[in-house]
Amino acid sequence: MKKLLSALGAGFVFGIGLWVSGMANPKKVLGFLDVAGAWDASLMLVMGGAVAVTLVAFRFVLARPKPLFSEKFHLPERKHIDLPLVAGAAIFGMGWGIAGYCPGPAITALTTLSTESMVFVAAMVAGGILHRLVAREPG
Amino acid sequence: MHDFTPISALAGGALIGLASVWFLAADGRIAGVSTILHGIFSSPEDTWRAAFVAGLLLAGIAWQAAGAPAPVREGFPPGWAAAAGLLVGFGTRMGGGCTSGHGVCGLGRMAPRSLAAVLTFMATGALAAYVTRHLLGVAS
Repeated sequence: MKKLLSALGAGFVFGIGLWVSGMANPKKVLGFLDVAGAWDASLMLVMGGAVAVTLVAFRFVLARPKPLFSEKFHLPERKHIDLPLVAGAAIFGMGWGIAGYCPGPAITALTTLSTESMVFVAAMVAGGILHRLVAREPG
Repeated sequence: MHDFTPISALAGGALIGLASVWFLAADGRIAGVSTILHGIFSSPEDTWRAAFVAGLLLAGIAWQAAGAPAPVREGFPPGWAAAAGLLVGFGTRMGGGCTSGHGVCGLGRMAPRSLAAVLTFMATGALAAYVTRHLLGVAS
């Protein structure tokens, strides 16, 4: 129960951060990605503000023997830069640059009940399932 | 420079960072939204993923209930939204993360894989925005 409430709270604060920062507004995101347009550098500061916090605090968190409500830290095990990583990131970036939504903002934007957010999220889930069907290894 | 909002960008970013720190400290998990979302469908028995996504949705509801601005874009073609969603869903699974998992958390862990991913999706994101908005004239 603690784990669930904690996950709910983390998602909530994360989501509020997306709204405060402007990430939940796809026009603002495209204003950042479209460097040839009227460029809006704000989102650089969203990433900067977030990473400034994680960069410092993760060191202290990961120095602890285990998390508060779990037996161990679940961290990605892969270390090498490989083709699926780069190709996958490239494909993700294309979708992000077309619509201005990455996964977190798209999900919280569903609450505006906009057609585009619903279409986007449904297609995003389908894309993930499609990958599972064609990929040789699970994940 | 257009519509530059440095204070809200930094404050919102810090909240996203704090939520990610809390999630790692409490649940021992990376707050990577694409991995969490797709995990709901691949291993539905782990209810913490659904709880995190419910938190994201509650945030949107609370934000609008408080009367804060949540502008809805008009006229973006649904076909492009669907194509973009497919690319994002497929690409984040193939590359193992998105702006949150590789960006906020991966850069915070100084993971070389995540730095490579971030540089790649920033580059193709800028390219795709340029092509769709300036060459193809997609309204956004």
